[in-house]
Amino acid sequence: MAFLIRQTLLYAVPLMIVALAGVFAERSGVINLALEGMMIFGAYIGVVCMNVMVSLGWFDAVKASGNMWSMQWYVLAAMAVSAMAGCLFSMLLAFAAISLKADQTIGGTALNMMAPALVLFLVRVTAKQNILQLSSGDSATWFMVKKAMWGFEKSYKLSVMGEAFLNKVYLTTYFCILLFVVMAVILYKTRFGLRLRSCGENPQASASLGIDVIRMRYIGVMISGALAGLGGCVFAISTANCSANGEVSGFGFLALAVMIFGNWKPLPIALGAILFGLFKCIAASYSTLDVNGDGYFALANLGLNANFYRMLPYLITLIVLAFTSRSSRAPKAEGIPYDPSMR
Amino acid sequence: MKESFFQRKGVKTFLASLISIMIGMVAGIIVIIVVGLTNSTIADSTIWDGIRLVVMGVFSKGRDAVGNLTFGFNPAFFGNMLFRAMPLILTGLSVAVAYKTGLFNIGAPGQYLAGICATLFVALSIPTSSVAPWIVWTLAFLAGMLAGALWGCIPGLLKSLLNINEVIACIMTNWLAACLVTWAFDVSSLKNVIEGTKTGYIYKTAMIINDYELGGVVGVAGPELPEGATLLATRGNVATAKMGLDRLFAGSQVNGGILIAIVFAILLYVIMEKTTLGYQLKACGSNRHAAKYAGIHDKRNIVLSMGIAGAMAGAAGSLYGLSGNTEFFWATYQSLPAVGFTGIAVSLLAVNNPIGVIFSGVFMSFLNVNGLQLTNQTAYNENITDVIISVIVYLSAFSMLIRSLMEKKKEKPKTASSGEVKA
Repeated sequence: MAFLIRQTLLYAVPLMIVALAGVFAERSGVINLALEGMMIFGAYIGVVCMNVMVSLGWFDAVKASGNMWSMQWYVLAAMAVSAMAGCLFSMLLAFAAISLKADQTIGGTALNMMAPALVLFLVRVTAKQNILQLSSGDSATWFMVKKAMWGFEKSYKLSVMGEAFLNKVYLTTYFCILLFVVMAVILYKTRFGLRLRSCGENPQASASLGIDVIRMRYIGVMISGALAGLGGCVFAISTANCSANGEVSGFGFLALAVMIFGNWKPLPIALGAILFGLFKCIAASYSTLDVNGDGYFALANLGLNANFYRMLPYLITLIVLAFTSRSSRAPKAEGIPYDPSMR
Repeated sequence: MKESFFQRKGVKTFLASLISIMIGMVAGIIVIIVVGLTNSTIADSTIWDGIRLVVMGVFSKGRDAVGNLTFGFNPAFFGNMLFRAMPLILTGLSVAVAYKTGLFNIGAPGQYLAGICATLFVALSIPTSSVAPWIVWTLAFLAGMLAGALWGCIPGLLKSLLNINEVIACIMTNWLAACLVTWAFDVSSLKNVIEGTKTGYIYKTAMIINDYELGGVVGVAGPELPEGATLLATRGNVATAKMGLDRLFAGSQVNGGILIAIVFAILLYVIMEKTTLGYQLKACGSNRHAAKYAGIHDKRNIVLSMGIAGAMAGAAGSLYGLSGNTEFFWATYQSLPAVGFTGIAVSLLAVNNPIGVIFSGVFMSFLNVNGLQLTNQTAYNENITDVIISVIVYLSAFSMLIRSLMEKKKEKPKTASSGEVKA
């Protein structure tokens, strides 16, 4: 049970944050198909950043000091750098989609092709192989929060909840949940958020009230890029063992599905991310999953193929779309370049 | 007003594509230079080699005795360029057809997977000891196209009946296809168990696979059976005819598939430009509501267009699988075939013209071969070509806009018109 919760959260958190990234762009009126590309780019920059810190000897210094908590500051620093990189990368989309009024779908597709190509090119030139890894240690050694760090003895037995939320977890998980809440509040409870959302519904009306639509859309896409880049970094740290190989196993597209599944609203998105994370978790480990610890592998005995669980998120999204497409809450002006003369 | 040569629409389109290519190449070269200069392990001479290989790697003839690159006509690379152009032309056609109907077919990777899966199943399951290989080949090819068409119809149906955005539906069906194909091969008996090191792959269709029985146990072997075994059936040995191309381009993988791709391109051009069906499809793309008002079945045409698009992408996968010596990594649930996405670039570069797709497909595979030379001869690798391709796609996102701006500047400023057909 503890394993299931912990693992589901691990998968759900990047999905959640990247889906919210999609919401920020689409609510401002720009379709962001490039979530996958931005994640890939963010993941790469995050790993490069970590490697730089390793080579500077910072991690070893932390280990020598014995206080592994201070390591988390470096993780946050890497995430910040990734967010900035994602933000910069998203400027390419923003420039094409907003300033040049280009086709947003094609622009996004271009970025989805560019990120893996560029990352893999750089990885292969610098690392001389197809994957860039930490030059010493791995995620579990450096960044994982273990029960000893809370002051528990090795022999101390935590409760199921303690085991699930305190032992062998990543602090990034909780940081992302906090960030998710903060960003959702900004989008829905502040004046800025209202203005941003208005640009995605009726930009001409917003402009008539003195809102700079172009500026708002740029901000929307840049926040989107920052969150997606950060999500990529989190993905690399927590599920890819701090490595970058020019892909994030389709998490960007899955996040797109989560966003649609959640009808462009934060709470359903959070629930959707947890649901999809659960499927990912089941698909990855269903054969050894023992939910209540009685030695009975219920899912393995069900005899379903792992690919069935892998398919479920996409299938469910299509089914949800089929039922909700008529009453979809998709932003009305998304995908349409802003044209002041259309008022 | 008489048009000058440079103001003709076709010429202008061609020039715009050429400019996109140039900018893409320059971007690639800049990346090579920057990476080379910042990376201490790469010598300055390597940077120069890299630039030359990106621009004309197809003409590379390897290094001479002193280690300098030599250039000239290399039939093997030319043949391989044509071989790699085959699936690219077909996925390019797939995207182009849908685009003419106003649909963005980002589902080509899934349709490609559906095609290659159905093809491999048919080609490797029917015993060629009792059915002639060419019949098996034809059946496998048709199965691949049909599977692709059906897979393409799903987003088409969702779009026309439920008004679900085809881009989202295509992305979902792509990953569904990736999982389904993995599942299908996972439970199949087509995993390569003959060659011990190739277990992650499906049998090559040109292989000879013998089912035998030995002491009541049924097994699979290559051409040589274990001692005392009785042969039950022979499978495999199915491959596209070379049609003499292998003699023209000695040492390459090229086969008749490229000719099939070109025939399909011409066929689609005729359908789109000369038939009522093509007119209806294009009418739906220009203005779906106007087309409906004019009595055209818009819903039927959307499904039909996605069906044709799917059949083309399916054919791409099918012909690639049927090449005989190509391998298919079956556990593909985490990644989609890049050739499907490159099809988007092929189509956009050709401005969705089926005949243009032939040339842009060959150009993309030209870049691919250049990239492979880059990997083999220098410290760089082939991924730079995908960077170039993505820059070209990026530019094509607003190339139509730039073109219309150029026109507006030359003409008298009209009233701001937003009636431009959406790109």
